[in-house]
Amino acid sequence: MAYEPKKQGLAAQIFDVVTLLVLTVGALYVPLYMGLAGAAKTPNPIENPTWEALGQNAAEQRQWEALGITDPASVNDMITARFDYSFSWAALIIMIVSVVGYFVLVVRLSDREYREVLDERFGSKRKGG
Amino acid sequence: MANITTDAAKPERLQLLRVLGPAHVWALGVGIVLVGEYMGWNFAVGKGGMIAGLVACWVAGLLYTCVAMIDSEVTSTVAAAGGQYAQAKHIVGPLMAFNVGLFLVMAYTMLEAANAITVGFLLDTVAGMTGHSGLHQQPFIVLAIMFLAWLNYRGVLATLTFNLVIVAVAFTAICVLFFAIQFGASDVPLDFSAVTEEPLPYGWLGIVAALHFGLWYYLGIEGTCQAAEEVRSPARSLPYGTMAGIMTLLIAATLTWYMCSGLIPWEYLGQAGTPLFDAARVTGSVWLMVLLFIGTIFATLASANGCINDASRAWFSMGRDRYLPSWFGAVHPVYRTPYRSIVFLVPIALIFALGAPLDQVVTFSILSGLLGYTFMTFNMVMFRRKWPLDTIKRGYVHPFHPLPTIILLILCSTAFFAVFLGYGTQLIAMMCFYIVASLWFHFRRYQYVRRGDQFTMPWPRPQGY
Repeated sequence: MAYEPKKQGLAAQIFDVVTLLVLTVGALYVPLYMGLAGAAKTPNPIENPTWEALGQNAAEQRQWEALGITDPASVNDMITARFDYSFSWAALIIMIVSVVGYFVLVVRLSDREYREVLDERFGSKRKGG
Repeated sequence: MANITTDAAKPERLQLLRVLGPAHVWALGVGIVLVGEYMGWNFAVGKGGMIAGLVACWVAGLLYTCVAMIDSEVTSTVAAAGGQYAQAKHIVGPLMAFNVGLFLVMAYTMLEAANAITVGFLLDTVAGMTGHSGLHQQPFIVLAIMFLAWLNYRGVLATLTFNLVIVAVAFTAICVLFFAIQFGASDVPLDFSAVTEEPLPYGWLGIVAALHFGLWYYLGIEGTCQAAEEVRSPARSLPYGTMAGIMTLLIAATLTWYMCSGLIPWEYLGQAGTPLFDAARVTGSVWLMVLLFIGTIFATLASANGCINDASRAWFSMGRDRYLPSWFGAVHPVYRTPYRSIVFLVPIALIFALGAPLDQVVTFSILSGLLGYTFMTFNMVMFRRKWPLDTIKRGYVHPFHPLPTIILLILCSTAFFAVFLGYGTQLIAMMCFYIVASLWFHFRRYQYVRRGDQFTMPWPRPQGY
């Protein structure tokens, strides 16, 4: 016999959508508000910056000028900033486990649901199923 | 008080209109993605330097070629609105489909938000150049999203025809800039000394890190599948449109890297908001600046337009299947568009466009896309196993299976590591989001879903079940 889904009232429908919305907004904004988001570059400004000291050749100096930047001091931070790619192996393992675990969880639970779908669509293959 | 049974019965009588051809599919795919050439890709240069930016461009191109090959086969066979969502429903199961639907909605809505942010940023930049600095960007962000949502509300043919025109202009602008530079229109000559003097400022790790934003060159090309129910001949149009799209983007991406890397110091390029427009500024030619300004605006609008189209189709499909409240599964009685889904997603896009930094929004979009590409790998294997080639009619069969799948999985794993280098917290936060959402769906939402309705293709029972 085909599964007859429960009826859902308007309030419950709204509740479901709000739940998803809160999860969605939270996933982006919680790391932002906690100051944990993004890879910030760390500037290593040099003293008395000149184009040459900042490693900019004549052609590059013309490019900076064309972009409206004529004072090397104003881009001292931009030119000398670098990302820090050091990472902890524990964090990497957590990342791998969470990604792999997520897909394993979803595929396994999906498979359970999928068998119900197929049984209803094509008829059950199993006794009592 | 509305309930699922009464709500769902009426809207399902109306169908989406089948009015689109291969050119519209191309415009949808390239339209969403071409903005990746106008902004965002250049963060890859910041993450690893000039060479890393180019390697990321080509490696990401390979990743997306695999995506396009796999997608063309599955979508030309599972021709239903929602694209990969409908694929997951028929091949893996409802919970996977729910997750894929969320990947699509999140990736496209975030991309739409990023586009709107870029429109505001560009207008602010140009206002500053003309002596009107301090422009308020927010009204333009709101206006862009509202206008495009209205266009989508009014009909898919007009929306994608509009996209076809503005995408063609934006692509032409890139080509014109390239030829203009080649024929000496630039005051400042191309200079690639950074490639030899400072080729890899972060070493080989920088190349891996650059792949994170290298994906931005092509992110969204898989959106062609969303129009599957509105295409006149899905088996022909979808593979043609998608493959033509990826070829267009490979050319545009390489030209873009070449021009920007030759005209802009890599330290500036790595953090620029509108790199192609900046390249036009460096040439000193006013008409090239105007052209690239128009190109940037058109590319962002075309992308946001396509994103609204795709995100609303995915949301609509989930509503129609009751994975979400079925109220969202309604088709407009006159315009035949998923109008409730279109309207509902507008404020969500605005929340992100008005409140989050560009790189965070881009990363959020990339992560959702990346999860979707990872899904495609095992989805393709399961598709071939459950329905071998001789069991069902396919619109297109991609060659060299399982090689594209293996390459895609390797590149996706590398891209996860690239995102982890610097954006690990967001990655973990996003995984937590999807895990909680999955548990919510399986243990709560699925009770409202009709089981048998989840399999609608005229296929035999899958092998092994």
